[in-house]
Parts: sequence; C-alpha cells; structure tokens
Amino acid sequence: MKPAPFIRHVPKTLDEALKILSEVAGQDGRVLAGGQSLVPIMAFRLAKPAHLVDINEVEGLDRITSDGKTLSIGACVRHAAFHKPVVDNPLGALLTFVARHIAHYPIRTRGTFCGSLAHADPSAEWCLVAATLDATMVAQSTRGERSIAAADYFQGIMSTALAEDELLTQVRLPLLAPDAKFGFNEFSRRAGDFAMSAALVTYTVQGGKIAGAHIGVGGAEPSPRRMADAEAALNGQAPGDKAFRAAAEAAASAIDPLEDHQTTGEYRRDLVRAVVRRALENSVS
Amino acid sequence: MTAPAKFVGRSVPRLEDRPLLTGQGRFAADISFPGQWTMRVVRSSAAHGVITSIDASAALALPGVHAVWTAADVAHIPPIPFRLTGLKALEPYRQPVLAKDIVRYVGEPVAVVFAQDQYVAEDAADLVEIGIEQQQALMHATDEPGAYTEDLNTEPSVVRKSYGDIDAAFRNAHAVVAFELSIGRHTGVPMETRGAIARYDQARDILEMHGAAKVPHWNRDALAQMLGRTRDSVQLYEGHVGGGFGIRGEIYPEDVLVCAAALKFKKPIKWIEDRREHLIAANHSRQQQHKVRAAIDAQGHILGIDDEFFHDNGAYMRTHAATVPDLAAAMLPGPYVVPAYRAVGHIRLTNKTPCGTYRAPGRYESTFVRERLLDAIAAKVGVDKVEIRRRNLIGKAAMPYTLGLETLGTHIVYDSGDYAKLLDKALDAADWKNLWLQLLKRRAAGEKVGCGVAMFVEKSGLGPFDTVRVEVKADGAVEVITGVASIGQGVETVVAQICADALGVDYAGIRVIHGQTDRIDKGMGAFASRVTVMCGEATRLAATKLRDKALNHAAQLMQTKADALDIVNGEVVRIGGGASMPLGEVARSLPDGLSAEDTFESAHMVYPYGVHVAAVRVDAETGGVTIERYVMAYDIGKAVNPKLVEGQIAGGLAQGIGGALLEEFLYDEAGEPLSVTFADYLMPTAREVPESTILITEDAPSPLNPLGLKGAGEGGANPVGAVIASAIDDALGRPGAITELPVTPQRLRTILNGAAG
Ligand SMILES: Cc1cc2nc3c(=O)[nH]c(=O)nc-3n(C[C@H](O)[C@H](O)[C@H](O)COP(=O)(O)OP(=O)(O)OC[C@H]3O[C@@H](n4cnc5c(N)ncnc54)[C@H](O)[C@@H]3O)c2cc1C
Repeated sequence: MKPAPFIRHVPKTLDEALKILSEVAGQDGRVLAGGQSLVPIMAFRLAKPAHLVDINEVEGLDRITSDGKTLSIGACVRHAAFHKPVVDNPLGALLTFVARHIAHYPIRTRGTFCGSLAHADPSAEWCLVAATLDATMVAQSTRGERSIAAADYFQGIMSTALAEDELLTQVRLPLLAPDAKFGFNEFSRRAGDFAMSAALVTYTVQGGKIAGAHIGVGGAEPSPRRMADAEAALNGQAPGDKAFRAAAEAAASAIDPLEDHQTTGEYRRDLVRAVVRRALENSVS
Repeated sequence: MTAPAKFVGRSVPRLEDRPLLTGQGRFAADISFPGQWTMRVVRSSAAHGVITSIDASAALALPGVHAVWTAADVAHIPPIPFRLTGLKALEPYRQPVLAKDIVRYVGEPVAVVFAQDQYVAEDAADLVEIGIEQQQALMHATDEPGAYTEDLNTEPSVVRKSYGDIDAAFRNAHAVVAFELSIGRHTGVPMETRGAIARYDQARDILEMHGAAKVPHWNRDALAQMLGRTRDSVQLYEGHVGGGFGIRGEIYPEDVLVCAAALKFKKPIKWIEDRREHLIAANHSRQQQHKVRAAIDAQGHILGIDDEFFHDNGAYMRTHAATVPDLAAAMLPGPYVVPAYRAVGHIRLTNKTPCGTYRAPGRYESTFVRERLLDAIAAKVGVDKVEIRRRNLIGKAAMPYTLGLETLGTHIVYDSGDYAKLLDKALDAADWKNLWLQLLKRRAAGEKVGCGVAMFVEKSGLGPFDTVRVEVKADGAVEVITGVASIGQGVETVVAQICADALGVDYAGIRVIHGQTDRIDKGMGAFASRVTVMCGEATRLAATKLRDKALNHAAQLMQTKADALDIVNGEVVRIGGGASMPLGEVARSLPDGLSAEDTFESAHMVYPYGVHVAAVRVDAETGGVTIERYVMAYDIGKAVNPKLVEGQIAGGLAQGIGGALLEEFLYDEAGEPLSVTFADYLMPTAREVPESTILITEDAPSPLNPLGLKGAGEGGANPVGAVIASAIDDALGRPGAITELPVTPQRLRTILNGAAG
C-alpha cells in the first residue's frame, strides 16, 4: 500500500500553481487538495501520478465569500468549514445539514469541497448540492479562466469538464430565497459511507403552493442531476404527502439506474423513491 | 488451606493497558533490525490457471532490489502442515508456500521480492510479470466437484456425524420442517494485519521469528520441521498482538518465506501485510450452505435433525484442516434434546481464498441453522419462540450430558448447565413481555419491528494440557511463564489474578511471560477459548505448589511449622502475628531459587452457554435494518475478571453483527474478489453496533476444574446471525423469511418485494 514514486510540488501562489500544473499536466500530474480520495487510490496504485501539485499552501484558496447573491467556496475550503452555517441564508443551514453526512469527522477536516467536485464521485454530497442548486464551477489555468454550469460540468462517473491543466479555484452556489425550504436524505449501508442514493430538494411556498422546486438525485446515476419530471410534479402543488409521493415516483421512473454486482436497477429505483420522498418530508419538518 | 479470593472475580484494571494506552505497544510492524530487507509478495491475479512464465528481470534491474524468489527457490520446503483435525485424505490439498505450476485463487503467493524498503519492494513487485493461462474457476461449493489434480477432485473429504435412529425419527414424525440456509463468507479482520520478521543469528545458529501470535510453540515446531532444523534452533517471539480471532497467528506462506529467506540471505527479513492483502490472503471463514430438516412431534418436540451441508473452504486446506466443518457438525444440536441426529458435511474446495477458523468457528454457522429450525418449529406448531425452546431444552438434571458426538479429539459431554434458568434471566433482562407488547403496538401502527431469541452452547478450554512455571526472583518479583499467547484478550491480567490469589501476592506486581518459545519448552497457545481455563488452572496448580515450597522452607528459616505460616502481600507471616519474611528472602536462601512448575491436563472441553435477545426495526422501503435492543446472557461458570468478559462479549457482538448484516467476501463468476478494501468489505462501526446489555452468570461452574472456569471468548459472536434473523422474521411477520446471511438491504428488499408480488 505504498504509492508509486511521485514528485510533490508545493506552490505558494495561484500563479505558481497554475504554471506548474500546466507543465506537469501532460505527464500525469495531478492536483492534491485534501488527499482523502486521491491518496487512497494512490496507495492502491490505481492512480500513479508522476507529479502532485499540492495546493494546500497556496495563498487565499481557503476563503468562503458571499456577495449577497452567491456563495463562493475556494479550492482549499474543507468539508468541516460547513459544520456551522457559513452564511445567514437557508443555504448556510442546508450545507451544514448535508456536511455531516460526508464521511467521518477526521476526513471532513482534510477533504475539500472543490476536491469533492473535481473527483466527481456519483454519490458525493457536494456534487449533489452543486447539481441541484445550479452551481457554477470556476476553472483556471495558464490559458485563462472560465465558468462552467453544473449541467455541463458533470460528465459521468469521476469525470468532469475540467481539463488536465485546470484548477477548480471556486465553486459558486446561488443563495436561496430567504423563505426557501430544503430537505436532504440519503441511504447508505453504514453511517459515513458513500450514499447508495441521495436526494436534495429546495423550493418556496407561494400562496400555499410549491414554487421553484429543485429536486436533485445523487448516487443513482453516473452523475447527480436535477430531475425535471419530479420538479414538474411538485410545482404548483400544496406541500404534503400526495405531492411528495408523486414527485418521488417521477424521480424513480426518470433515472437510468447504476447497477453493480449487488444492486439491481430496480432496487436503485426503490431507493430513489424513498430518499426523494424523505427529503421532501424533512423539508417541512 | 487456601486464602479467600482477593483478585479472582474482580474487575481489576488490565496489566496490559499501560504500554498500549501510552503508545508503547510493540506490534509486528514496530519491530525492525539493522540491515533488514523488506519482503513483498507477488500474488496471482487469476483465480485458476497454469503458470506459463515468470519474468523478474525488470524487477531485478530496479535499484534496491536484492532478489526475487519463485517456487523453484523454495522447492525444498514442503507444504504447510495441519495443526488441527488433519485427516490423511486432506494432505494432498495443503498449500505450498509459493504456487508451483498452478494458481488456485486470486491473491495466491507466486513470487516474492526482497528489497531495501517497502516502497522499492512494491515498485518491483509490480514489475514481476507472471504469465497465466486461465482456467475455468469453480466458485460454488454446491456445484458438482471438479478436478483438483488428475486423480483428485475438489471434495477432499466428507464429515459425517450421527447418533440415534434418524430414519425412524422422520418415519414417526408428526411433521417435518425443512430449510435451505446459507451463511456468508466473512472472517476475523484484526486491527493489526499479519506480520513476520525473521532473522538468523549465525553465531548461535538460531533462527528467530518475531510477530508470532496465537500458537508460537506449535508454529516453532512446524517451521523447524519444514526448514529441516532442530526445534531448539528456531525461536518464536510474540509481541503485542492487535487481535487474533482465529485467523491471526496460524502458519501462512509468508511466515515460512521470511524464515527461509533469513536463512538463505543471512539478513533480517521483514514482511508486513497490507489491508488489501489481508482481505485476499489471510484466512476466510464461515461460508456454508445447509439443507436441513427436523422431525417433530405434535407438541414441537424435536425427534431428529438431519443436515447436509457444503463447506466452501476456498482453494486449499490450511492449518485448521477440517476443524470448522467438524465443529459445525458436532455443535449443531446445541442446548436441545435431539434424540436422533445426522450431519453430512461436504468439504469443498473452490477458487477463493482458503479458510480457517473464526471466533465461534462452525458454531456461528450451525447456531444459525439450528435456531432457524426452532423458529420454524414454533411457527409450525403455533407456539411462540420462547415456549418452543423451553420445551426442547436439555434439563439441568441431565447434566453432565453426553451428546454422543466427538470433535477435536474429545467426546462432547456438556459438563454443567441450567439452560432454562439462563433463558429466564435473559428474558427478564430484556423485559421480554413489555418489549413484545410494545413491538406489537408499533407493528399495529405500521412499523416493521420485531424481536428474536436464540440459544446456544459454546465449547471452550480445549486441552490436552497447559504447563506453567511460577518463579519468585531474588528481589521478590514474581514471574509466571506460560506457553499460551496473548492476542489482546487480557491473558496477563487474568493469569496474574489467579496466581496472586493462590500465592498470596498482589496481582499488579506479577509479570506474565507468554508467547516466547525460548522461555518455556512447551505451550499450546491461545485458541478455542482455552487460555483462562487451561492456563488458569495450571497457574493455580503451580502457584499452590510454589506456595507450599515457600512455606516449608520459610518454616525452617523461621523455626516454626509450615501450617503456622501464611503468605500475605508477598510476605511470609506468622498466623496471629510476629516476625515476617519477604518471599524474595526465601528465594535467596534457596540454592536453586524459588520456583515451581505444574501441568493441568484435561481430556474434555467445558461448555459455557448463552442466550441472546434482539429487537430490530426494518426500513421496508430501503431494506435497512436497525438493531434497537440487544441483550446477551452468558453463563461461564466463573468470571475471573467480569469486565474483561464483558469486553469479550461486546467485541464478539460487533463481529457477529458484521456477519449478520454487513461483512461478505463477494466474487464474480470468474473468481475476481470484489471485497478487497474497507470500502467494499463493510465492517460494523461504532454507529452500527448498538448499546447492549450483558449479563454474566455463574450458575453452572465447571466440575472439571476447581475454580469452575469456562471460556468466555466466543459467546458474543455465536448466535448473532441467528437472533438477528429471528428478529427480522418477526418484524416482517413472516417466520422463515430469512434464509441467508448477511441480510443486506438488497436481499431484504428482494424478500419484501417477493411478499408484495
Ligand atoms: C473513508 C472515506 C469515506 C468517505 N465518504 C465520503 C462520503 O460519504 N461522501 C463524500 O462526498 N466523500 C466521501 N469521501 C471522500 C472525501 O469527501 C474527499 O475528501 C473528497 O472526495 C475529495 O476531496 P479532497 O480534497 O480530499 O481531494 P483529493 O483527494 O486531494 O483529490 C481528489 C481528486 O480531485 C482532484 N482535485 C482536488 N482538488 C482539485 C482542484 N481544486 N482542482 C482540480 N482538481 C482537483 C485531484 O487531483 C484528485 O484527482 C470519503 C473518503 C474516505 C477516505
């Protein structure tokens, strides 16, 4: 369980990091953030990067800022930063609620929000958050900076729109309406495991009816995404069991389920039905 | 005259804890010698195939690589011998230390690399190219046996055990209940992986192996024999051991390889197993499929049990040979009157990691089978699951109870027990009636909740002997030297407690030496919950002998009679007061020092017994199971240190839950292992193990040793699969629904869907 040989670079500034990354990207160079996904796969020698660009000492990447419309999360912000709400908006409470489902405490003190997005595990909670809330990913390289919408960003299991030489410097999440409701639920075999299915919902209630519903599902397909049919089933309905069940059913039928040696597509649909309904239920409780 | 017990029976603090809690433990990986080489094993990536080529040239060219070995380099070393239950018929199936010509499971050692450090060794191992012509893998023990060699097939032997007229039992039956049941493949996964460090001391011509565990003396003898050395020229040393559970400490290929290499290269050789290796290379266990039937009368009394089972032993027969299937067959009848019995256990080889024992070997399996039957019988005759057990229990008056079966070279005679009384106590501790009523109410409200009960008889204290030497040093220090081993269970504390009481000293000052072959000639080691019983009694005998010796000699020195003296806190004192003399002074005045050795021999095992009660909640939508309440009652005759017993039981529960709900080695049809990391092989964590109530009782001391001791290591694990299955059935309202362990959410959801559709 010792990794193959590699060279570790420790830039202090963003420019330096981008420069090194541009030089080593072609030679199987990789960014090292919290190391909570990359280091284990290096130990198993499933990844043998020749160069690591360690961004942990880069000035200014560990910031969370808000301009009143969006929350910007820098590349070195750890999961644990969200243990308490980071912004006075329902989004702050949402992130806090979700964060404690990620792995275990020690892992949360190292792993980063952006690292999770770069890694793009189908079950990752932050990826689900980004997909559901229509986040914008900010990628930088020596070639410049670009913004990528969540819908374009996720490209399958552990696959994203990031180019090899790009650093994900920020994820921007739109703040929620002050009266927004949210709910989250996931199912995993053990506490702290990657979810076998997870759902995140947000909406507002206007005149007793649900409006602007976002329903995201993770862990069920190669990438997390918003479920348009389920959202349609919810919008315009009064919050309650009937609407929630209809939305859950719509999500369950809409997915193209991941299967593995233990998990059938049918079971995955069962889980999606359960987590979506439960997320909706805990949005009101 | 024996003094009243001052230490035995009390939860005194563990003597082992100081070094462990202050980070001073010395586990295998902590041991290093100057100039050592690191060994890395190159393992088969194919489940079954013919080795066509091995090319180590690229590995050998890597700077820092010293050598690469293949089967040709160890051709002089015989396959690994059996330690227990070694039938002649099994011998052709023993594992070679490196695969020769044929590989039989993914993970099988094919070559080894010796290099300057672990990093280089792993780089080099990646460069060793092994050509394998793949062959069809045999992945199910229930499939027709295939060819093993030209002359042999993959069923090395069949275990048969029976008594009574089984055919008559079924002929005369009022009804028959039948099941096909399976137990998943899982094993003990100690926190510390295996490790072995060998060095050859040329000056003294002694081969040392460090990192030994469990059975150092037996392994010393076996290694000496395999390597063609005298037993005195091979010494094994046990350091701290981070868990044993049956699997750690047996001889595996790696142990032999480090020793052979140390002899060959005259360099210390270190091998530390990594976790991925551990999950594919160390013994697996448990996987069995049973086709079982019980004949019953109209009241649900058992008339006979007939079981045919298939034991999936993986690719080779390792040191335990037929132990696990033998115990499964021998212990299946459990605490019930079973007038006629027949078990036929097919030992089958498959292309998976080979198997050995794991905490409650054979019993976790057969308790699941037996207790499933009891629940089914209850359903069949329409009584509740507690009542059906009461009707069938062996009565107290029938003790000692001769079962009519043999295992591990002993006749099974339940030495003592009051099974019905323990059932009552366990139900009281669980507040069974209220629990039942509450669950009924919740079920009526739509929740899927239920409770289960399971009973079992354990075995412990396997002989044939243990020898202990107790010594008082010139400075008064007391040392107990034993050939047992410590795998973390608290041997030092318990042995010290027993010695302290027998001798008249403080337990905290006693040094217990174990697992060192150069300190005592013979030893049986630590397995089968034997240490407290066998070594405990040997310690009591030796300490009593020593006490007599000390008093007799002190009587001369103090010019009085021995029976006018006593030993209190390490001082020889006159009863009724007066001058005293420290034990150290007595020792100094004896030309040969003050020591005594004694041996406890036992031809029979002792049989603790227990009851577990569980309540669970099933999440019908996801198939998830939550354990809400768990009660364990265990009668072990005499608890030397109740806190340590509780620890044993609580730890066993965690492992039992693993096998009931989570842990499973899965393979694909080509033999590729799918559970090779802790992300796929799911051990229960603190969040999955519920708070439990532990009731230790001493209602049935063993008549086979004066302290009444029975072992306590395995009762926490034994019936967990059985009781969880019983509780889930209840939650679903479908007796007999659970036929397969572990009950994964996927499987449970399939069962629930089956009910709906
Ligand atoms: C036992 C365990 C349980 C876990 N359970 C969960 C769980 O339940 N849910 C969950 O979501 N996660 C879980 N994780 C993963 C954890 O959250 C990781 O921290 C996260 O997936 C990756 O973040 P990191 O900062 O550690 O990234 P690293 O491991 O450092 O990197 C991961 C990958 O992303 C790339 N990368 C990292 N940062 C950037 C960047 N800024 N720009 C471009 N590329 C980048 C790296 O090159 C690498 O390829 C678990 C991990 C462990 C060890």
